[in-house]
Amino acid sequence: MSDIVEKTLTALPGLFLQNQSVGGPAGVKASFSSRLGGLVRGITALTSKHEEEKLIQQELSSLKATVSAPTTTLKMMKECMVRLIYCEMLGYDASFGYIHAIKLAQQGNLLEKRVGYLAVSLFLHENHELLLLLVNTVVKDLQSTNLVEVCMALTIVSQIFPREMIPAVLPLIEDKLQHSKEIIRRKAVLALYKFYLIAPNQVQHIHIKFRKALCDRDVGVMAASLHIYFRMIKENSSGYKDLTGSFVTILKQVVGGKLPVDFNYHSVPAPWLQIQLLRILGLLGKDDQRTSELMYDVLDESLRRAELNHNVTYAILFECVHTVYSIYPKSELLEKAAKCIGKFVLSPKINLKYLGLKALTYVIQQDPTLALQHQMTIIECLDHPDPIIKRETLELLYRITNAQNVIVIVQKMLEYLHQSKEEYIIVNLVGKIAELAEKYAPDNAWFIQTMNAVFSVGGDVMHPDIPNNFMRLLAEGFDDETEDQQLRLYAVQSYLTLLDVENVFYPQKFLQVMSWVLGEYYYLLDKDTPEEVLTKLYKLLISDSVSSETKAWLIAAVTKLTSQAHSSNIVERLIQEFTVSLDTCMRQHAFELKHLCENVELMKTLLPVDKSCEDMVVDASLSFLDGFVAEELSQGAAPYKPHHQRQEEKFSQEKVLNFEPYGLSFSSSGFTGRQSPAGISLGSDISGNSAETGLKETNSLKLEGIKKLWGKEGYLPKKEGKTGDETEAPPVPQESIIMETVDQNITKKDQCQVHTQSKEEKEKQLLASSLFVGLGSESTINLLGKADTVSHKFRRKSKVKESKSEETTSAHMTCSYFGSSSEATYEDDYYLDTLQDRGDKELSKFSLNSELLDSESVTELPSVEKLSNCKLSSSPSLFTDNNMEGFHPSQSTAPSVANETSLAASLLEETSEHVHSDLVEVCHNETISVSSYKIWKDDCLIMVWSVSNKSGLKLKSANLEIAPAENFKITEQPGCCLPPTEAGSIKTFQYTVQMEEPFTEGNLSGFINYQMMDTPSVQLEFSINLSLLDFIRPLKISTENFGKLWLSFGNDVKQNVKVSESQAALPSALKTLQQKLRLHVVEIIGNEGLLACQLLPSIPCLLHFRVHGDVLALWFRSSCSPLPDYLLYQCQKVMEGS
Amino acid sequence: MIQAILVFNNHGKPRLVRFYQRFPEEIQQQIVRETFHLVLKRDDNICNFLEGGSLIGGSDYKLIYRHYATLYFVFCVDSSESELGILDLIQVFVETLDKCFENVCELDLIFHMDKVHYILQEVVMGGMVLETNMNEIVAQIEAQNRLEKSEGGLSAAPARAVSAVKNINLPEIPRNINIGRNPDHEPGAC
Repeated sequence: MSDIVEKTLTALPGLFLQNQSVGGPAGVKASFSSRLGGLVRGITALTSKHEEEKLIQQELSSLKATVSAPTTTLKMMKECMVRLIYCEMLGYDASFGYIHAIKLAQQGNLLEKRVGYLAVSLFLHENHELLLLLVNTVVKDLQSTNLVEVCMALTIVSQIFPREMIPAVLPLIEDKLQHSKEIIRRKAVLALYKFYLIAPNQVQHIHIKFRKALCDRDVGVMAASLHIYFRMIKENSSGYKDLTGSFVTILKQVVGGKLPVDFNYHSVPAPWLQIQLLRILGLLGKDDQRTSELMYDVLDESLRRAELNHNVTYAILFECVHTVYSIYPKSELLEKAAKCIGKFVLSPKINLKYLGLKALTYVIQQDPTLALQHQMTIIECLDHPDPIIKRETLELLYRITNAQNVIVIVQKMLEYLHQSKEEYIIVNLVGKIAELAEKYAPDNAWFIQTMNAVFSVGGDVMHPDIPNNFMRLLAEGFDDETEDQQLRLYAVQSYLTLLDVENVFYPQKFLQVMSWVLGEYYYLLDKDTPEEVLTKLYKLLISDSVSSETKAWLIAAVTKLTSQAHSSNIVERLIQEFTVSLDTCMRQHAFELKHLCENVELMKTLLPVDKSCEDMVVDASLSFLDGFVAEELSQGAAPYKPHHQRQEEKFSQEKVLNFEPYGLSFSSSGFTGRQSPAGISLGSDISGNSAETGLKETNSLKLEGIKKLWGKEGYLPKKEGKTGDETEAPPVPQESIIMETVDQNITKKDQCQVHTQSKEEKEKQLLASSLFVGLGSESTINLLGKADTVSHKFRRKSKVKESKSEETTSAHMTCSYFGSSSEATYEDDYYLDTLQDRGDKELSKFSLNSELLDSESVTELPSVEKLSNCKLSSSPSLFTDNNMEGFHPSQSTAPSVANETSLAASLLEETSEHVHSDLVEVCHNETISVSSYKIWKDDCLIMVWSVSNKSGLKLKSANLEIAPAENFKITEQPGCCLPPTEAGSIKTFQYTVQMEEPFTEGNLSGFINYQMMDTPSVQLEFSINLSLLDFIRPLKISTENFGKLWLSFGNDVKQNVKVSESQAALPSALKTLQQKLRLHVVEIIGNEGLLACQLLPSIPCLLHFRVHGDVLALWFRSSCSPLPDYLLYQCQKVMEGS
Repeated sequence: MIQAILVFNNHGKPRLVRFYQRFPEEIQQQIVRETFHLVLKRDDNICNFLEGGSLIGGSDYKLIYRHYATLYFVFCVDSSESELGILDLIQVFVETLDKCFENVCELDLIFHMDKVHYILQEVVMGGMVLETNMNEIVAQIEAQNRLEKSEGGLSAAPARAVSAVKNINLPEIPRNINIGRNPDHEPGAC
C-alpha cells in the first residue's frame, strides 16, 4: 500500500510547481513543500488516531524548534506557518506559533505577509491579547500605496479586530470609501459593516457615508452596502422608509437587465443582489401600506421575469414570495405568489419541495386554504424518506393544528419522535407536542397518555417548563372541579400501571412527575392504606438507577402518603435504612420523616390533603426564635452581624495602604487624538518601529488592568439594570389565527373522489381529511365572531388570570361619557381580550366614542404668540439661560391660519409651564390631522399627540394607539381625554415616555384609527423620532460631589473635537453645550470646565472639557457604559452643527 | 451571515475550516465532527439543507451542503441568508477553485490550503458574501499570482479585467474532482 502512496506523491512536485508560482529559488520551495507533503503522507499512512497524534506532536515540536531558532528566515517561517495551520485545522494546539504569525505579518514581504495575516485570522480571535500587536501593522498596511497590502489589511480587519482598537483604524477605512478602485471601496464597506456589528456606537457618525456607498457607481460596492442596510433595517425599519424608492429603482434596473453582462449568473442578472434587495423590501413594507404600494410593480415584474431555468431563479422566486407575503397584502400578487408556492411544493426536486413546505408554513397563517390545495402533497411528504422534509411537514401541521385534528397530528409527531435520535430535534418536538396537548386535548385519557409519551421520550432533555406546567395544570385545575378530579384520578391510575411494568427504566423527570402526582392525589383512589403504592416507591428508592434528586422527590411523596396512612411497615423499614444512609440529604429526609411519624397530629397539619395550591404563610422574621436568641445573648454570645458587616470589618482591619487618591486632578497631557481606554496613541507617530510600539503597548496593558479595578463598581449598577429588564416577561406572541369551522365543500369533494381511487389512495385521503379538518375559507371570516366557541379544554384557571384581566381593563381607558352603544362595543372588545388574553396588552388602547363636545376652547385659548412668551418666561426650572430654542409658532407645519389656531389650542395648559418642542404634524389626510410635540419636564418626557378633525363631519369614533417600543416604557397620562369627534375639534393624547436603556435615537410609532358615519374605519400610521437628548436633564451638583462621582465611575470616553474659530472660546462652547445638550455647568477653572447631566430617571453622566486652541478635549464619565459614547456623539453633532 | 465554512472529505478529515464566529478550539473540532456525522448520514438524493445541530446556533441556523466526489462543502448560515442562494454560492466557490487549480482535486486543497483560503477570502469576507462573479474572483487571484511572480511594485490589480475566459456553462459538478488521486481513498489508507 505504501508503494501506491509513494507513487501518488512522486507526482506531486509537478503539481506544486504548476500552481505555486515560484518567488525564490525553486529548490527551497520544493524542499519545504515536500515537508508538508511528508507530513500529509505520514498522516494518511497512519491507521489509528493515536498514531496520528504522536506524529503531529513530533511535527509540532520540530516546528517549535524551527520557528524559535534565530536562523529561520522569513521564507522558511512562511512554510512553517502553513504547516502550523494544517496542524491547527486537525485540532492540535499550535499556540506557540501565534506570535510568529504576527511577526510574519509585520515584517514579511507581500507573500509572507499574506501567509502571516491568514495564519493570524485562523489562529486568533477578537479578544486575544496578542492581537493588539497587530494593530500597528494593520494601520501601516492601510496606508500603503500597494493595493494588495490594503486589501489584506481590510480583510483582516473584517475578520478579527479588537473592538477597543477600532478608533485607530476607523478614519483610515473611512478614507478608503473614496478610493478609486472599486474592490478597495467594497472591502472597506464590509469592514465598516463589521464594525457596525461589534461596536455600533463607533460608526454612528458615518451613516451618511453608507448612503454614499449605496449610490456608488460600482454595483459591487452598492451590493456590499446592502449588507449594512439589511441589518439596520432589520433593527429599525421605520428609519429607512425614505430609501424604499431607491431600493425599488435598483431592483427594477437589475431585473430589467440593466447591469453589465458580467453580473449574470447562468444568464440571470445578479441573483444574489436581487435576493438581498427583495429581503430588504420585505422588511420595509411590513405592515406599511404606503411603502408597500411602492414595491408592488417591481415585485410583479420579478415574479414575471423569473423564468424557471436554473436553481438560482428559484432562489429569487422564493424570496419574492416571501416578500409578497411579508408586506401589506395585495390580492393579485398574493395569487401569483400562491401559484409559485405550488410550483415549489409540486417540484420533483427535493430542495424545492423543502422550500415549498417552508413557504407554506410561513403563509399558512394568512391563507389556510393554501394548505388545503396541497394537502395530498403534504401527506406524501409525511412519509418522505428525508427526515428533514418530514420535520418541515410536521412544523407545517403544527401550525394548522386545531381541536379537531389534534389527535392525528400529535400521533404523527410522536411517530417521528420515536424515530429520531438527535437531542435537538427531540427537545424541539417534545415541546410542541406538550403545547398542543395542553391546548387542544379532547379528553383526559388522551391527554395523560400523550404526556406520558412526551415524558418517556423527552425524558431528561426536554425543557423543564414542560413537567412544571403539567404539574401546575393538575394542581390548579380548570373550571370544573369534578373534571379535575377525574383527570387527576386518571393520572394516578395510569402511573400505577406504568410502575407495575417490570424492568422498564423511566427518565428521571418522569419519575419525579409520577412521585409528585402519586403523593398528592393517591387519596383519590379511596383505598384504605397506601401500602401498595408505598411498596412501589420504596422499590424505586433503593434502585441504583434513580438519581439522588429524584430520590428526594420520592421520599417527599412517601412522606405525604405516610400522613394519610396510620402505620406502615414499609415506612418503618425505609426510615431504618435511610437514617444510616451515606447520602446526607436522604438521611435528613429520613430523620424528618421519623420525627413526623412520632407526632401524627403535627404531620396531618403539616401535610394536608389536596392543598398544593394554598398559599403558605411564612414567618420570615423568625420571631419564634426570639426566646432562644435572648437566652444566648444573656449567656454572653456575640450579637449577630450580617454578612456584609463582617466583611467590612475584616477589610478595615486588613487595609494598610490608602488607595484613595487625595483629590481630583486633571492632567494637562494625554489628550492627543481619539483615545481608547487602553491608550495607544496613534496618528502622527505611526512608525514601523516595532520595539517602540511594543513598549507602549505593554504600558497601556498595565494601565488597563488598573482601570478595571477602578471601574468595578461602575459596572455593578449596569448589570443590575440589565437583569431587571430580563425579568420582564417577553410579550406572548399573539396567535392570530383560530381555525375553527370545517370546510365542508372540500371534504365533500374528497369523498366523491374516494370512490375512484385505490385503497392506498383512500387511506391517504382519509388521513388528509382528518389532518386538514378545520381549515377552510370561512375560518378567516370567523376569526373574531366565533372565537369564543373554541374549546380550550385545559385552559388554565390560574390566579394570574385575574390580575391579567384587571390589566386589560385598566388598559382600556374608557371615559365616563361613553354612550350605551359604545359600552356594548367595549364589552365585546373586552370579552375578546380576556379570551385571547394576550397581545392586546401590548397596546395601550383608547376607545373614544361619539359624544359631542362643544369646542369653545378654541376661542378661549390665548394666541400663539402669547403662549410662547408665557412659556419662555416661566421656564426657569430647566434652563437658566433664556436663549433656549423653545416653542415657536410653526408656520411651516400648519398650513392655514385657522388650522394653526386650532392646533395651538390643543396645547395643554400644563405645557406652558415647561419647555416643549414645536408642534409637528406627523400624519394627516383630508379628514384628520395628527400633530405631536414633546414636553421636557424635569422628571420625565411627555409626548402629546393632538388629533384634530379637519373635515366638517362628525367622527363616530377615534382611537389612538402607541405601539410598544423596545427601549421605552410608555405610560398613558389620564385626565386629558376629550372626544375629538365634532367637526373641527381637537383632542389630545398624552403619554409619559421613559427610556429603559440608553441609545441615541429611537422611534415611537403608533396609529390613529377613526370611523366616519357610514364609512369603513380608516387607519393612519405615524412615527416620531426620540433622541437621547430628550431624556437628558441637567444635574445640579457641587464641585465636591462632582469629584466624588467622577472617581466612582468606571466608563469613560475621551475625544478631541475640532471646533470653528468662533466656537473656540470657552464661554461660547460652554453655552452651546449648556443649551443644546442641557448640561449643568458645575464649575469653570481656567480653560477647563466641569459639566454634569443625568439621563432620566437618574443615571448621572459627567463631562470634563478643556479648550486648547481650536481643539476641544472632551472627557465623559458615567456609571452606565454606553451613555458616554452616546453623549459624545451628540456633543460632536452639536459642535459640528453650530 | 455565514457562520462557518467547512470542507471535509468522505472520512471526516477536515480540509478547510473557517469560522466567522468565535468558538473555542475544542468546540470547533466538535462542530466539524458533528457536522460530518449529520451530513454523512444523508443520501445524495435528498435535500441539501439541514437544520440546527445543537452546537452551532440552534433553530436559527442552517447547514447547507454539497457533496462533490470525495469532498463535502458545508456552509453554516443564519436565517438572513437564502438557502438556494448559498447553494449556488458553493457551486461558484467550487467552480472558482476548479478554474484556479485547473482540475481541482482533494490534494489541491491539502497542499495549497493557503491558496484555497485566499480564494475563499475573495468570495466571503468576514462572513459576508463579497463577490459572486467568478471571473472577478479569478481576476483577483490572478492579480495576486502575478504579484507572486514579480514580487515587486505592483501598483494596480486590474479590477474587473475583461477576462478572455468566458463563463462557459459548467455542468453541475465540476468534471475534475477526481476520486482516483485521493490518497485517502487508496486501499488500506486511513
